[in-house]
Amino acid sequence: MYPFTYHRPASLDDAKARLSASEDGRPLAGGMSLLPTMRFRLTSCADLVDLNGIEALAGIERGDGHVRIGAMTRHAAVVESPEVGEAIPALAALAGSIGDVQVRNRGTIGGSICFADPAADYPAGLLGLGATVNTDRRAIAADDFFTGLYETALEDGEIVVSVDFPVPARAGWAKFGNQASRFAVVAVMVSLSGGSVRLAVTGARSHVFRVPEMEQALAGDFSAEAMDGIAVSSEGLNEDLHADKDYRAHLIGVMAKRAVRDALAQ
Amino acid sequence: MAGVSVTFTVNGREVTATVDPRTLLVHFLREHLKLTGTHIGCDTSQCGACTVHLDGRPAKSCALLAVQLEGAEVTTIEGVAGPDGMHPMQAAFKEHHGLQCGFCTPGMVMMGIDIANRHEAPDEATIRRELEGNLCRCTGYHNIVASIAAGASSMRG
Ligand code: FES
Ligand code: FES
Repeated sequence: MYPFTYHRPASLDDAKARLSASEDGRPLAGGMSLLPTMRFRLTSCADLVDLNGIEALAGIERGDGHVRIGAMTRHAAVVESPEVGEAIPALAALAGSIGDVQVRNRGTIGGSICFADPAADYPAGLLGLGATVNTDRRAIAADDFFTGLYETALEDGEIVVSVDFPVPARAGWAKFGNQASRFAVVAVMVSLSGGSVRLAVTGARSHVFRVPEMEQALAGDFSAEAMDGIAVSSEGLNEDLHADKDYRAHLIGVMAKRAVRDALAQ
Repeated sequence: MAGVSVTFTVNGREVTATVDPRTLLVHFLREHLKLTGTHIGCDTSQCGACTVHLDGRPAKSCALLAVQLEGAEVTTIEGVAGPDGMHPMQAAFKEHHGLQCGFCTPGMVMMGIDIANRHEAPDEATIRRELEGNLCRCTGYHNIVASIAAGASSMRG
C-alpha cells in the first residue's frame, strides 16, 4: 500500500470537512474492495476517511412505501433485517449472495455502489428496483447514478448517506456467480410495480444496465415465457476467462427468466 | 507517515499501539503481538485463513486496517481454548481429522464456531454454504464439514 493519512471522523459533518480539506481524499466504507485494491497499489489516496465510526450512516427503516438503508449498513444486516425480508425479500436474497460470510459482515451497501464494480450485485438491486441514492447534498435516481466502469455520478467529496428502495408488488433476484470470487458473471434483478417492470443486469457490461425489450414483454405478461424469443445481443458485453460475450448474452436470458420465476414464487 | 494510536481488545486483553495506518490487522496480530495462529493464505482476500472474530462475527483480518479496530473486540484462534484445554470445535477437528497441512485450519475453526453460534444443528449443505469464504487445498472439505457438524453438536453440550 502507498502511504496515506488515516482519519476517523465521528460525524458526517466531520467526514465532509476532512474530505473537502484534502486534495486527494477517499472515504472508506466496508473496505472489502477498496483495501485489497490499495494493497495491490492499483489505487491510492493521500487521506483515507474512515466512515465506520459514524453511527448515523447505518441502519434500516421502513418508510411510507419504501425501505431506507443507511450507506454504512452491512450486507449481513440487510440479510437479517425483518423489514427488508418482509417488504423486498429479493433484496435480502441479493445481499445474501454477495461474497461470503466474512465479506457480508463487513461490506456495506454504500461502499458497493460507490466502488461500482462492473460485477457487483447492489447496482442491479438499485437499478432493478428503481431506488434513489441520497447523498449529503442531493437525491440521485439509480438510472442516473451508475455512469461507467467504476464510475458514478458522485462529485468530489460527495458522500452517500442512504438508499431508498420503493416497495415493489413483486421482485426477483437470480445470480450466476463466479465460483472463486462470488462476483456476478451475470445477475438480474427484476421488479413489478403498478404494471411497470424494471429489469437490470450486472456483470455483463462496463456497468449495470436495463433491458427494455424484456421489460416491455414482461409489462404485458409477467411470466418467464413472455421473454421467449428475446435475444440479447452480445455486442459490447464483457469477455474474460470466466465467460465470453456470447455465453454472457445467453446467461442474461437464463438469469432473467430465473429472476421472474423467483419474483412469482414470492 | 505519522503513526496512529489504536486501542482494542485481543483475546480479552487490552492492547494499545501506535501503528503505521497501512498495517493490516493480520500483520499487526502476527508481527506485533506474535499471535501467529492467524494465517495469511492469499493476496486477494479470498482464502479465509486469516479469519478472526471481530465483535463476535467472523471477518478477514487481511481486509482490515489495524487502526480501524479502535474500541473493538477481536478473538483469534489463540483465544478460543478454555482453561480445560481445547475448544470443542478444535477437539472436533482433531477427532475427525479435519486438517492435513493445517494451514487453513485456524480460519476453519473460527468459521466453524461462528456457524455453530448461528445454526442450531447445521446440516452438510448449510456448512458447505457457510464455508464459501474459507478455502482448503488439502482435505477436499469432507472431514472439515464432519468436524464442524460434530463441533457444533458438542458446543451445544
Ligand atoms: S489471507 Fe485473508 S483471505 Fe486469504
Ligand atoms: S489442511 Fe491444508 S489447506 Fe486445509
